[in-house]
Amino acid sequence: MVSMDAFRPLALAGLMATTSLGLCLPAAGAQAATLQVGNGAEPSTLDPQKVSGNWESRITRQLFDRLVNYGPDGALVPGLAESWELSDDGRVITFRLREAQWSDGEPITADDAVFALQRLVTPATANHNANLYYPIVNARAINTGEAEPESLGVTALDSHTLEIRLSEPTAYFLQAMAMTEAAPLPRHLLTSDVEDWTRPGTLVASGPFVLADWKPQDKVEVERNPRYYAADEVALEGVDFHAIEDTSALMNRFRSGELDIAYGAVPSARFEWAQENLGESLRVGPLIGSYFYMLNLREGTPLSDERVREALNLALDREVITERLLGMGQTPSYWFVPRTIASPTSASLDFHDQDMDSRRARARELLDQAGYGPDRPLELELSYNTLEDHKKIAVAIAAMWRPLGVEIELVNREAAVHFAGLRQGDFEIARYGFVATVNDPYDFLNAYAAGGSAAASTGYADPEYDALVEASTHELDVDRRAALMTEAEQRLLEADVMLPIYDYVVVNLVSPDVKGWQPTTLDVHPLRYVSVDGDAP
Amino acid sequence: MLSYTLKRLAQAIPTMLIVITIAFFLMRIAPGGPFDGERALPPEIEANLMAAYHLDEPLWQQYFRYLGNLVQGDFGPSFKYKDFTVTELIMQGFPVSLQIGGLAILLALAIGLPLGIIAALKRNTAVDYTVMGTALAGIAVPNFVVAPVLALVFGVLLGWLPAGGWNDGALPNLILPVIALSIQQIAYIARMMRASMIEVMGSHYIRTARAKGLTEAEVVWRHALRPALLPVTSYLGPAIAGIITGSVVIEQIFGIPGIGRYFVQGALNRDYTLVMGTVVFYGALIVLMNLIVDLIYSALDPQIRYDD
Repeated sequence: MVSMDAFRPLALAGLMATTSLGLCLPAAGAQAATLQVGNGAEPSTLDPQKVSGNWESRITRQLFDRLVNYGPDGALVPGLAESWELSDDGRVITFRLREAQWSDGEPITADDAVFALQRLVTPATANHNANLYYPIVNARAINTGEAEPESLGVTALDSHTLEIRLSEPTAYFLQAMAMTEAAPLPRHLLTSDVEDWTRPGTLVASGPFVLADWKPQDKVEVERNPRYYAADEVALEGVDFHAIEDTSALMNRFRSGELDIAYGAVPSARFEWAQENLGESLRVGPLIGSYFYMLNLREGTPLSDERVREALNLALDREVITERLLGMGQTPSYWFVPRTIASPTSASLDFHDQDMDSRRARARELLDQAGYGPDRPLELELSYNTLEDHKKIAVAIAAMWRPLGVEIELVNREAAVHFAGLRQGDFEIARYGFVATVNDPYDFLNAYAAGGSAAASTGYADPEYDALVEASTHELDVDRRAALMTEAEQRLLEADVMLPIYDYVVVNLVSPDVKGWQPTTLDVHPLRYVSVDGDAP
Repeated sequence: MLSYTLKRLAQAIPTMLIVITIAFFLMRIAPGGPFDGERALPPEIEANLMAAYHLDEPLWQQYFRYLGNLVQGDFGPSFKYKDFTVTELIMQGFPVSLQIGGLAILLALAIGLPLGIIAALKRNTAVDYTVMGTALAGIAVPNFVVAPVLALVFGVLLGWLPAGGWNDGALPNLILPVIALSIQQIAYIARMMRASMIEVMGSHYIRTARAKGLTEAEVVWRHALRPALLPVTSYLGPAIAGIITGSVVIEQIFGIPGIGRYFVQGALNRDYTLVMGTVVFYGALIVLMNLIVDLIYSALDPQIRYDD
């Protein structure tokens, strides 16, 4: 490794330059420091195309810049591409890459981007989100093994110009290009005979930080990348990502000052305590995620009757859950697509403004019509994966339904069993949490469209819904697209195919000494904008 | 002795094969797979994953593939920790668990044995009741209670020691986890030592020794101690194997990068290769520890001989 000391004057010069330019960086009194982050689980990999959890992409995004990055507030900003343009028919995107180097000094070229996108859709890579890139010409065929990776619709027009051809205009595509799997990869390294390219000493980075060390189950250490194109704007000397999953351990180590940031450290049971005792360190913000109950709609179950589903939906008092049970600022949800998403929809369950008494009366009526009553109680199974909050919510909801004569059997299953059961359609009512991977309603709506995961689990099939989702994907006019997506979502809600409960919040602990860190709706926090104030006690 | 050792090791092979076979198929019978997570995967993507890990092959074929690799010392890649092989994960984590667990055992012996002996010699006195009462509390309070309390008091409130982290095994980072891990062992060893000591002290040869006119100290040191250690020794074999393979609770709470958590996480994640790796490793360690215990037995008790 190159000694960081040699670059400190350079970084300081850059620091002064940026402050004098009035940019948002870094706070006065800041000094080069190593940020200590409680990062949750041990990363399963640092290969950006093989990660599956946010505790992994939090690290890989610091190592690999994408053509389009997230800014400090989560909005899209130019990354390795300094500019891009979309053709008039919306089918061709041309990225212009900036002059930049890999951390080993090799130039970052359009060929690296072509290589990465081809690898992303290659079946052997087994990328979890490859389907988001199916709009690229031939991507689906390649990913299902029916075409060669070289046939992908991406071309390096010259060393710094990348052309991506789409089979249809795709409104969310730029969001997908900001995801960690879309990052250009060091082709010269991956095509060499190097094994285990993600190891310290081997991994070559394009982002603000390079990999310094990786001790499994302990921590991943990254340090400032002196060859980063904006290295002089990076205030931190390095970042240690500690693998700590246990929330009480996270909180203890944050309180003892060993951690500057602790992600997901506060369970709802400790939230009130944290509010009183941790003050401004407690950072709460909306997260684009929907907590809802999935309903099995297949013939032969009570839930195939729409009246039953509507009754359950009506009698579910969301405010009780969010305010009295959780109390962390979750939004009661009468919709599927969270309102905090970029280009939001405006669909809503039609009873959202009615009072609970009339909703319960209407629910009774519907169950009566469906043939359920004191003599023939409605019996249903509600399953959830093991977690205290899931249990609390399930118990509360079962109690809300009991006055209607609904008898709920609560089934607690270990996560792998729960989600396998969902996949096989082996459930009646099941707890589900859907957190956005890409900041666009398509991510949610597509789950219930033909071929989507929720459609497969629940047996939902509606060609008109599919057509609306498909049309909205190809519509580039913002207003017309919002209208199409809202119409699609409204169809889902009117058919009562799910029971929305709340929109997620994300709760992190961030030391007041940490500057430049913002809560964002995707819970992404680019650390190149972050500094630590050394003057504070 | 050597031929006995070799014979025992040879006998371990069929034992291990049975363990491997049962673990392999039990793991596969469990519902859910390594890729069942919160976010359901589209069928095309899942097919790609299954193929990448040979999970699309018939089960018997996977079983023999696994055995074949194992014979060559290859535990395979972890499903969950994709950048590491199972062998690497175990080899990086085991020294850590060994260090924490080994120190905990030494501490437990250093405190537990004398306490047990004193309690036995001062049987039915205030000393005995105090020691045994404390030991009972040590057994009754589980380490998922002790560990967070230690971290909270000494790490957060007093700030004397780090609340967690490994820090490459620096002494301050070792203290709390070693204490937390040893408390139950101290209690077990003290109770066991006391019971066995009381039994030995009541036996005929101790009466004979006393009749010879030996002092009480000579009786204890020369005649009672060695036989009284036998039950503790046989307890220690499997106990040491268990403790040096780590504790999921201690590792999670203190952020220790050992292998204890792999036993639980591997199973929960359906990380088939990791579970198999830990089972084989732990199984082999138990076989080895039991063998060592049997050899120590012959040193402690001359009536036990293995030179058939």
